Amino acid sequence: MLIEFTNKGLYCKAGNFFIDPWQPVDKAVITHAHSDHARSGNGSYLCHRLTKPLLELRLGPNSIQAIEWNEPITINGVNVSLHPAGHIIGSSQVRIEHNGEVCVVSGDYKLENDGLSGQFEPIKCHSFITESTFGLPIYNWKPQDEIFSTIQNWILNNNAEGKTSVLMAYSLGKAQRLLPCIEATGLPIFLHGAVYNIHQALLGAGIKLPAARRVEPDMPKETFKGNVVIAPGSADGSPWMKRFSPYSVGVCSGWMQVRGNVRRRNADAGFVLSDHADWNGLLSAVKDTGAEKVYVTHGFQAAFSRYLNETGIYSAEVKTEYGIDEEELIEPEPQS
Amino acid sequence: MKQFAELVTILGTSTKTNDKLNALSDYFASANDKDKVWVIALFSGRRPKRTISGSLIQLWCSELVDLPLWLFEESYHTVGDLSETVALLIPDTLTIKNAEPRPLHYYVEKFVELAKAEEEKRKEFMIQSWRELANPVERFVFNKLLSGAFRIGVSQKLMVNALAKTVKLEPSVIAHRISGNWDPATISFEELLSESAVTTDSSKPYPFYLAYALEDEPSSLGEPDEWQAEWKWDGIRGQLIKRNNELFVWSRGEELLTGKFPEYTVLKDLLPDGIVLDGEIIPAVDGKPLPFALLQTRIGRKNITKKQLQEVPMSFFSYDLLEFEYEDYRNTPLSTRRKKLEEVVATVSHPALQISAIVNFNDWSALAELRSGSRNQGAEGLMLKKKDSIYQVGRKRGDWWKWKIDPLVIDAVMIYAQKGSGRRSNLYTDYTFAVKDGEKLVSFTKAYSGLTDKEFAEVDAFVKRNSLEKFGPVRTVKPELVFEIAFEGIAASNRHKSGVALRFPRINRWRKDKKPDEINTIGDLKKMLEIYGK
Repeated sequence: MLIEFTNKGLYCKAGNFFIDPWQPVDKAVITHAHSDHARSGNGSYLCHRLTKPLLELRLGPNSIQAIEWNEPITINGVNVSLHPAGHIIGSSQVRIEHNGEVCVVSGDYKLENDGLSGQFEPIKCHSFITESTFGLPIYNWKPQDEIFSTIQNWILNNNAEGKTSVLMAYSLGKAQRLLPCIEATGLPIFLHGAVYNIHQALLGAGIKLPAARRVEPDMPKETFKGNVVIAPGSADGSPWMKRFSPYSVGVCSGWMQVRGNVRRRNADAGFVLSDHADWNGLLSAVKDTGAEKVYVTHGFQAAFSRYLNETGIYSAEVKTEYGIDEEELIEPEPQS
Repeated sequence: MKQFAELVTILGTSTKTNDKLNALSDYFASANDKDKVWVIALFSGRRPKRTISGSLIQLWCSELVDLPLWLFEESYHTVGDLSETVALLIPDTLTIKNAEPRPLHYYVEKFVELAKAEEEKRKEFMIQSWRELANPVERFVFNKLLSGAFRIGVSQKLMVNALAKTVKLEPSVIAHRISGNWDPATISFEELLSESAVTTDSSKPYPFYLAYALEDEPSSLGEPDEWQAEWKWDGIRGQLIKRNNELFVWSRGEELLTGKFPEYTVLKDLLPDGIVLDGEIIPAVDGKPLPFALLQTRIGRKNITKKQLQEVPMSFFSYDLLEFEYEDYRNTPLSTRRKKLEEVVATVSHPALQISAIVNFNDWSALAELRSGSRNQGAEGLMLKKKDSIYQVGRKRGDWWKWKIDPLVIDAVMIYAQKGSGRRSNLYTDYTFAVKDGEKLVSFTKAYSGLTDKEFAEVDAFVKRNSLEKFGPVRTVKPELVFEIAFEGIAASNRHKSGVALRFPRINRWRKDKKPDEINTIGDLKKMLEIYGK
């Protein structure tokens, strides 16, 4: 096969490069800028144009080559191209072709077009490497419009009660995805520093995002009253939150599908909004590739892989260091 | 069902008691009467009996959604709740759009009606219900109702307070009116809350008065001579009632236990009519209580053997008198009630009815000394009751306190872990612990509580990284983490490998300062059994 699973990461021997390595290597192709996929210390990076500013923000200046989707290049005689994965801004599937064999590494992906991350593109291939974060049939997402209107109602309801709405969302990806949803309520948006930094980097890269202000230490309490704040999950329960009181906390994550997680987070509301494919999304993505072999990485890989095998698609589990763990509960925070 | 599902959602997610109270009170103000009766029943431990097994539910659901059973089980382990798993697995494509909405009581009553129907009929009802309840929350609540595991994070007290707020009656009055024997399927909301119901139902117990744990020094309570001390027994709190020449025994969980303890039958003839006693249901020989482990051999048994009646004879250790000659005594001072109680018990003079002795003391330090000998009395500490206290309703601070002895503790290493349920779903929170047996480890107890959420998360991460083997939902873990396990009692057991069974084991603290080779041994446990297990 074109890709080998090594202790440093997914390795393309023919092209002598790694994809999303978890140990430093000479040449790394990066699917997206989340910290478990894009790590520091590599000799050089190849990624999508919109991933580049995020890598620079997170990893500092580096040798980064940026390309567009569907812009084939050659690395040591191996054809490499990037294709939309729909996960977050710039997130890409990596298509590798050598001697007529095609392999696709999907990184993290979702099928629904969220309006920011591009429309996931199914690519025919011989072998497909898929994530399985939500690879159980209990995970079924509602369309984004429907979730957005639930969130908007919640925000307006809080506003009517004089409460600040604090939305807990992954700083990179979910936070930006929420902006248009909140903008539609007409209420001012405030950002936690971690979210704000990413916001600025994306604006700098020419991406259009709704206006939002950073939460500053000297802002009087009334500034936030009835308005909306986006913060990473790590801010929950911290003294930083006090300034928003009275407030209501809404957590936006696919994990909110299960009641226990909502209760454990002590969230006032849980919104099932994920940047990963749900069960049916994973299945249809796998089928659309027509792949003969499917390798399942981080998530419920044992269950998803077994199910694929039972439905006649050859599949194997692959151990990687993506996600904190196969059963990670809270999506990892970028170290910004 | 929709309105009830919304109520359950608020009760399940709200973190503020006041929000829960208001949600319940709004529900009582707006729901239909039949549904209200069921809600009162459900929140006071009167849910319908489970008549469909979990495995049938799994089977029917996986058939319906066309998924292999193993995948259902995998999902179940992740969700941690069978009802929720089923609710989440039914896809939108299978639901009946625009189905006629049906009220809560329809589903519960239909279920009760079908309890004895053939399996095919019950299956049809379950599947039809899953499909017509298009909202997963409604499906979840439906499943929860019928699986006999309906616990939603609301105390009976909160429900009573909410109901009191809506119908504008005192909570203590409500608590009394909804106590005892009534059938939610036949009683109307009006009948349930009417005054006459109390007088016509001769089995009706009084709401129990419960004590908080004493956290400060007893000297904070004031003068010792204002207080009465009794042993705190480790049995089942109960009320013994005789009215209209009938005898009733109620547990604190408002379960009618009359038939379970034939030893009490004799009291029907010996007790005066129109009397209610509060006390402890506990096995005893010659007035000395037997360990809780022996009581457990009597609980839940339908048929009691002669041998059991001989070896584990039940007594009622009375410590309060709530009604005498049909007169409510709850508002008279404890000292008066106690005197009356002593007279009654003396007149009855039968080993089945004991008086819970008063522990005499002159000053608090002497009492502390006596308390340290609780285990030798078969007690788990002391009860402190103000002599002039009236008998209140529910758990109240001030007049009654429980002053328990420190638990027994032992250091052990975690060897197995399993995912929890509810708010701990998908998190390894249920652990099995072992002590040393020479070079080997021998498991001796499980414990589920005692760590903070943060500690649980830390242990969870450890389990995930240090799993040695996987047996279904159970992981064998590298024996590395040491915990201090606290428990209330110890008894010999041939059902456990270690030969001992612990009473109420829980994690006391995480001994990060200890290495696995510093834990206690099976010999230490046996020694404790020798001292405390007899």
